[in-house]
Amino acid sequence: MNIQDYKGVFVFVQQVDSHISGVSYELLGKARELADTLNTEVGAILLGSNVEKLADNLAEYGADTVIVVDSEELKEYRTEPYAHSITSIVEKYKPEIILYGATAIGRDLAPRVSARLKAGLTADCTKLDIDEQTKGLRMTRPAFGGNIMATIISPEHRPQMATVRPGVMQRIAKRAGAKAKIEKPQIELTPNNKYVEVTQVVKKVVNKIDIMDAKILVSGGRGVGSKENFAILKGLADVLGAEVSCSRACVDAGWIEKDQQVGQTGKTVRPHVYFAVGISGAIQHLAGMEESDIIIAINKDPSAPIFDVADYGIVGDMNKIVPILTEKIKAEKAAKLGV
Amino acid sequence: MKIIVCIKQVPNTNEVKLDPIKGTLIRDGVPSIMNPDDKAGLEAALTLKERYGGEVNVVSMGPPQADAVLREAMAMGADKAYLVTDRAFGGADTLATSTTLAAAVKKMEYDLIITGRQAIDGDTAQVGPQLAEHLNIPNVSYAEKIDLDGKTLVVQRQYEDRYHTVRVQMPCLLTALGEMNKPRYMTPGGIFDAYRKREVTIVTRADLDVEDEKIGLKGSPTRVVQSFPKSLKAAGVKEAALEPEEAANFIMEKLKEKFIF
Repeated sequence: MNIQDYKGVFVFVQQVDSHISGVSYELLGKARELADTLNTEVGAILLGSNVEKLADNLAEYGADTVIVVDSEELKEYRTEPYAHSITSIVEKYKPEIILYGATAIGRDLAPRVSARLKAGLTADCTKLDIDEQTKGLRMTRPAFGGNIMATIISPEHRPQMATVRPGVMQRIAKRAGAKAKIEKPQIELTPNNKYVEVTQVVKKVVNKIDIMDAKILVSGGRGVGSKENFAILKGLADVLGAEVSCSRACVDAGWIEKDQQVGQTGKTVRPHVYFAVGISGAIQHLAGMEESDIIIAINKDPSAPIFDVADYGIVGDMNKIVPILTEKIKAEKAAKLGV
Repeated sequence: MKIIVCIKQVPNTNEVKLDPIKGTLIRDGVPSIMNPDDKAGLEAALTLKERYGGEVNVVSMGPPQADAVLREAMAMGADKAYLVTDRAFGGADTLATSTTLAAAVKKMEYDLIITGRQAIDGDTAQVGPQLAEHLNIPNVSYAEKIDLDGKTLVVQRQYEDRYHTVRVQMPCLLTALGEMNKPRYMTPGGIFDAYRKREVTIVTRADLDVEDEKIGLKGSPTRVVQSFPKSLKAAGVKEAALEPEEAANFIMEKLKEKFIF
């Protein structure tokens, strides 16, 4: 392998139902920065059925070229046709870097591609930068449940590949009206033993905002004590226009849905205000929320590690404090409206 | 149905502590456990065996101490156990690990391979899909429900906001979500047999048909160049002696200061 032959920073653009996932825009932002450092271009890989119309959005957020593979076989995500498309694109365009979102799709697709290309892959990165000397990609990620950070390189193989946690990178300001060059390589998608059949797609009914998009989160942990007690947190969230999230313990206990979990095995959030209520603050949880602007912790245990990262820590009983706080905010809001 | 479950012995990362002075991991005294997602995968395999017959064999790659998780798996009900261990496998990243496991699994019979979605020490979720690729079989990740329909498996595959029902031909590989079930306990008779009567078959470098360039450190395209403790932001104000009413007022004040409402 002559690594000099590999040029360009590519992003696998995840789209579901022709809706581009937020992480893809974040990756384009990062790819733009890396490509500018390397003096090269950003390529967006867009796979799906009837998706070419999305190419302009990708240009506005940093793509120079959009490589589109449009096929009925790519309508729902399936490992094999997606992996085959990407490996074919790598063979043709030879990118030096490919970034994927560390999502339920990216974390399935990227390893399959890496094994097919015999290329290195680093999972769940939280930081990416270019080594000044070698011009190689430095990929930094948490390990041991978030206890340590490790920087990983793939010096002798191309492409260098990484999955990146959603919510960690920043998208660039929209470049309104930007256009990308469109490439449509011919890729044969012929079903074989590795093609699975998707017989049913069942969407979860979500009438709440994704916690990753919330400006304020009221988050509960084991200390909330029961499923019913989450109503207390919901009360506070409602008066603040906030969403409810939780730590892993609450998901394991069956109190709350997995999609509301913050942390190493849940989502990474950076809201304006993060209320940590009855959350001890295991390192795995902190990994998902410590970038929040303001952290307010309420916990009975004065030695809980959450107090080490909280901007404002209250040692006390959430069952008493939260309802009073909710009522006070409600009263004050009503007073402001002159009711 | 012949099922192979891949299991990993991991440090219980919930109990890993940082040395506050050196900033290094204190791993002494941290118990090793069977990786939780793998344990769920084993439970799923044992349930399939109960429903449809067959056998459940377990494979672990790791140091000699990983014998313990294989014995645990047998005490839960697994039939045969294989420990893939050799100094030549050391320093492997996920690609070299999956290549080694694939070489070991190729010598066994299987209709289905189950791995956990991810291990709690590395959290990569990569070895399962990579193993499937080396074996040239389909994989379905994030399985939360598995049923059999003839030679086809019907799998509920989880995504962030939905699930797919997927039909996949065997042989295939699935990665199991820890939430999919509650693993059974070992039985006293099972523990006795696992330690006194049953064998763990050792698989070494010499048993595998794989090139030196593809395993261990040499076979690993990625390399850790630096590791460092995570820096956390400094603690702020901590109020330990407020009455609930005062505490609520304190929070109100701070929210107002920051123009939250």
